[in-house]
Amino acid sequence: MAIVMPGTLDEVYRALADEPEAHLLAGGTDLMVEVNYAGRRPPAVVGLRKVDELRSWRREGDDYVIGAGLTWTDLMSGELAERFPALAIAARTVGSPQIRNGGTIGGNVGTASPAGDGLPPLYALDATVLIGSAEGTREEPIADFVTGVKRTTIRPGELITGLRVPAVDGPQEYCKIGTRNAMVISAAGVAVVVDRLSRTVRCALGAVAPTVVRATEAEAVATRAIEWDAPTPTIADPTVHERFGELAAEAARPIDDHRSTARYRRHAISVMARRALLRCV
Amino acid sequence: MSEHVSYELVVNGERREVEDGWLGESLLYVLRERLGLPGSKNACEQGECGSCSVVLDGELICSCLVLGASAADSEVTTIEGYGGPDGELTEVQAAFIENAAVQCGFCTPGLIVAIEHLLEEHPTPTELEVREAISGNLCRCTGYGRIFAAVEEAVNIRTGGRA
Repeated sequence: MAIVMPGTLDEVYRALADEPEAHLLAGGTDLMVEVNYAGRRPPAVVGLRKVDELRSWRREGDDYVIGAGLTWTDLMSGELAERFPALAIAARTVGSPQIRNGGTIGGNVGTASPAGDGLPPLYALDATVLIGSAEGTREEPIADFVTGVKRTTIRPGELITGLRVPAVDGPQEYCKIGTRNAMVISAAGVAVVVDRLSRTVRCALGAVAPTVVRATEAEAVATRAIEWDAPTPTIADPTVHERFGELAAEAARPIDDHRSTARYRRHAISVMARRALLRCV
Repeated sequence: MSEHVSYELVVNGERREVEDGWLGESLLYVLRERLGLPGSKNACEQGECGSCSVVLDGELICSCLVLGASAADSEVTTIEGYGGPDGELTEVQAAFIENAAVQCGFCTPGLIVAIEHLLEEHPTPTELEVREAISGNLCRCTGYGRIFAAVEEAVNIRTGGRA
């Protein structure tokens, strides 16, 4: 089998059972760069573009199950974008229209780059990764699934089928910064989710640690400061946003690399976290 | 990926056979080197420049990031698929020439495909929609001003000046 293009999940599982080392190909925006540039030579490829089951979403009780094959373009508008605006904003910041038409949310999670723009919103939304194989299915919180830079707990024969995202109610924001506006990989990114259902503020940081990280102390300060019983959540104390930014920056563990410096990244996180919270509450 | 593969693509409405291709070939390579369609340009090979833009099953994508064999039985429209059978230009192509939106010309096929695709979905796009639609197509000559002028003119011609 050099390449198979299955039409159903069962066919994907069978193909992966036959050839566990086969590389999964979704939008190709990561794999093909490695093939074109780094001489990557996967022994076999299982293409996912024709698996319609992966390119849909559904409600399951209070949760939303988002198919791994939804593209950035799919996430940018419609009901999912209304429910999860942080994810929709992040989707719109990815690459170009061409990249957003190819790249998928499941591929972003599978690649597990700390700079993946889909990841901070998913961490802040407490998403769970849904994984399937010929043996059955399993679920893992995204923060456990991603174990390091481009490392996950995925095993040969397994496939990310989707993401389970609990319903939330309240404003959300995603901010990122890079060297230009279009076509840029994040030097730093911040997702903020204000949820009236759980009465929590959640904040996740991208591209400033080996994995996306939650800024838990910043979250606690904002969660305490919000007047949750107000018609719309508000923060009366004007110093909270500043403090939120500082605490988010303290949660970052950035490094110097070809995209930015640790110092700049930390500063950018403090500004973007403050700004994201201000836009929410 | 030492394996070789044979498959069929539907390019600009015609079934085309790819025989014994190397599995790792991008759609861009297949179009240019195997099917004799050099209109799509090869520059960055990582989806940054947009000069290889084609429409695959109705979606604008970078053909350098599509594994050729994964496009088997899919519909591909390349720059060669626009315009009339005897080489008549589309309104967009004519407006590019008229407005000097072409200098070195390398980015032009990708831009034309991106703009034709935009105008199919949004016949009278806003300026922001135009800017966003070509945000993945790099031009290092024109500074884009003449390209925006060309799009405006093409829209005006297609809508009879009602836009």
